[in-house]
Amino acid sequence: MSDYKDYLTQQVMLGKMNRREFLGRAAAAGILASTAGTLFATSAAAQEPKRGGHLKLGLEGAAATDSKDPAKALSQFMFVVGRNWGDMLVESHPTTGAPVPALAESWEPSADASTWTFAIRKGVKFHDGKELTLDDVIKTLQRHTDDKSESGALGVMKSIKEIKADGGKLVLTLTEGNADLPLLLSDYHLIIQPNGGLDSPDAMIGTGPYKVTSFEPGVRATFEKNADDWRTDRGYVDSVELIAMNDATARIAALSSGQVHFINRVDPKTVNLLKRAPTVEILNTSGRGHYVFIMHCNTAPFDNNDLRLALKYAMDRETMVERILGGYGKVGNDFPINDTYALFPEGIEQRAYDPDKAAFHYKKSGHSGSVLLRTSDVAFPGAVDAAVLYQESAKKAGIEIEVKREPGDGYWTNVWNVQPFSTSYWGGRPTQDQMYSTAYLSNADWNDTRFQRADFDKILLEARSELDEAKRKEMYRTMAMMVRDEGGLILPMFNDFVNASTKQVKGYVHDIGNDMSNGYVATRVWLDA
Amino acid sequence: MMESGPLTGPVPTDGSADGTHPRPAELSGVPAKPNPADGEIGGTFWRRFTFRRPLAALILQRLGLSVGLLFAVSLMISGGIEALPGDFATTYLGQSATPQAVENIRKDLGLDKPWTERYLSWLGGAVQGDFGTSWASKNSVGEQIGKRLGNSLFLAFFAALISVPLAVGLGMLAVQFRNRLPDKIINVVSLAAISLPEFFVGYLLIMFFAVKYGIATFPATVYDSMSFTERLSAIALPVATLVLVVLAHMMRMTRAAILNVMSSAYVETAELKGLSAFRIIAKHAAPNAVAPVINVIALNLAYLVVGVVVVEVVFVYPGMGQYMVDAVTVRDMPVVQACGLIFAAFYIFLNMAADILAIIANPRLRHPR
Repeated sequence: MSDYKDYLTQQVMLGKMNRREFLGRAAAAGILASTAGTLFATSAAAQEPKRGGHLKLGLEGAAATDSKDPAKALSQFMFVVGRNWGDMLVESHPTTGAPVPALAESWEPSADASTWTFAIRKGVKFHDGKELTLDDVIKTLQRHTDDKSESGALGVMKSIKEIKADGGKLVLTLTEGNADLPLLLSDYHLIIQPNGGLDSPDAMIGTGPYKVTSFEPGVRATFEKNADDWRTDRGYVDSVELIAMNDATARIAALSSGQVHFINRVDPKTVNLLKRAPTVEILNTSGRGHYVFIMHCNTAPFDNNDLRLALKYAMDRETMVERILGGYGKVGNDFPINDTYALFPEGIEQRAYDPDKAAFHYKKSGHSGSVLLRTSDVAFPGAVDAAVLYQESAKKAGIEIEVKREPGDGYWTNVWNVQPFSTSYWGGRPTQDQMYSTAYLSNADWNDTRFQRADFDKILLEARSELDEAKRKEMYRTMAMMVRDEGGLILPMFNDFVNASTKQVKGYVHDIGNDMSNGYVATRVWLDA
Repeated sequence: MMESGPLTGPVPTDGSADGTHPRPAELSGVPAKPNPADGEIGGTFWRRFTFRRPLAALILQRLGLSVGLLFAVSLMISGGIEALPGDFATTYLGQSATPQAVENIRKDLGLDKPWTERYLSWLGGAVQGDFGTSWASKNSVGEQIGKRLGNSLFLAFFAALISVPLAVGLGMLAVQFRNRLPDKIINVVSLAAISLPEFFVGYLLIMFFAVKYGIATFPATVYDSMSFTERLSAIALPVATLVLVVLAHMMRMTRAAILNVMSSAYVETAELKGLSAFRIIAKHAAPNAVAPVINVIALNLAYLVVGVVVVEVVFVYPGMGQYMVDAVTVRDMPVVQACGLIFAAFYIFLNMAADILAIIANPRLRHPR
């Protein structure tokens, strides 16, 4: 017991656990709350943010083709750039994932969750000195939803039917009730711009904690502190520099030689070597992203559920996490949700590697010959290795898998969502509803397992406007079981986000929302001299 | 050169000095060989011009041909992009493509039009010097390339400045001490350097000079606000890598070419006449040895400009190579076209310069048999 308390204490000191989490787990373990009180006092004192300094980040994912328009931001690099200069209406809480006010001060749904009223924050200034108005907000949302839109947020925004001002507030009318609407507005494309960015979408003028001082696509971006920032609890450093570093070894060299303070995408193969460097700290956060093997439920031979089950049981998940993720991840259970989501259905039995069951279902399916799996290194890091590991574990169950390596170039166009059995990657979504609606609803564009079940669709739509959380959780449980036992998804692992920083960097917030502290890394950390 | 190529117009027949004379058929090959035995120089203006100014005629002819070549290259690049799976709209949006967003981008860029129509409209702009804007970043291609090309040339220039004299010098040294210890050391070391892949050489240099000893600047990112000395220190490691990579090739060619000439009969004759060693090398051996050496140097210079994408990635250096690779990844046609043309122009220009220099050094080449 005392070991467990020490562990919790250590997590708090490292800033990996917040007060609520600690109290919850400590109470569960019977530890006195008074310990917690003193503990948090020390932790807070030790972590008083320091202001000033020049923060340098070496990031993967930049290209000379990056667009300055937030509607078209795709890369990890532009994700962080956008978070630095702009704000959304809503943010998500780093540990609970609940919606938190940003440029929207508060919001109110109608009884059926189909009409939402947002109060917009007053007295916020854009970097060019103009004050944020309701009109700017409306224009921004319209730019991302209209028919001509090329926005990456078009998918999440298409349920909004009408955007209008009413009594100084923003009113959004949806095509159907959606209890999760505020979270959809936290999408990183939806940065509020002056006049909605209609005049100059590429201006990079926003309300964020840093102003852009220079930007060269695929090379470098620099920022200075926004003196008029409407928030004081962020933007601690004086200036920020993002350097594009697409080579994993270059990032590690730059970090270990102290040329940058922070790097993203640490390769699981080398993370344990990097860990030994005395000046470096590994920052891993469990996330919602998952590496998947997807079968089309409507295409032979995968239209046979016994074959699908056989292939699911033939997956050695523990080995995958160990070998492909270097231990930086969690095993998956063949449905795309893990415990970082609100209303996660607990207690579903973990599917394990079971060659006997796999052989049983394989025989029952009546399939003979090999099964063709297409893969490529762009599907996820180590995808080809993972496919070969899978081939080996399936062989023990008497299932022969033929691995075909496809060119990385054009993989997302020609293989993923086209071929019946392939490897792929899914980033998380803010809510369970979003995840299922994006890829498991019968008519979804990205239904990459061709999972078409009318009963599933019906529950999904009912759950969306259900405001009773207990009922909603039960519905999500039913849906998870359907996907797990009858779907075309083999989900061996959820990957952690693995970043690294020098020990000088303090205050890193482990955010379940997305990689690099949900993109907010530069606005949340400070430098300890 | 790379700017003026397309500017001179896509018509390769406009090669003669005043542009009024049509080119005779034999000009598509080597310059016509005049026949001094005729006593008088007859025929067309071009024929006379070729005889009186063989070098100028050759240059003009090559220029005309290179315009044609560039035109062919642009056609091939365009066809190549077309043959790649997926178009700009789908590859740019990648996994997050929705049908509507793809449709909007296609309409916006005219990707729904036939390939020939798009190529012709691009060509129309290009011959007037307008390379358009990048589909992805919406920046002017000319401006972007200006910066990137400047970076690439900066890196290549310093790599060449060190590697060419060093290679030629070491080559001569190796001849001087042929088959003795210095020759063997030079050979083994330079061969070892060329045998290691360039990224590995780069990583080794980074590991020792940036991480272990901390004396070199890394990453080698250069940007506008940098001073000249800062730039120099930034490119130290990539330049060292490139020098190691290209050195051996040029050095060995120099050594072989000089050795070859030194063993020929006329050098022996010169020696027997009692000429000094310096006079023999400068007057008799060097002009004959210089042609192959110049050709190897030209090839390596071209490599330094267009082939260093791996070094750029390893050292995080914003050059042309990375720019083009980024553009190809998303099928950003205007950028790929412009990069491809510049690379082709560099190859053509350097090869032409090598030929011209070889001809100047060795007059016999002016009148090929």
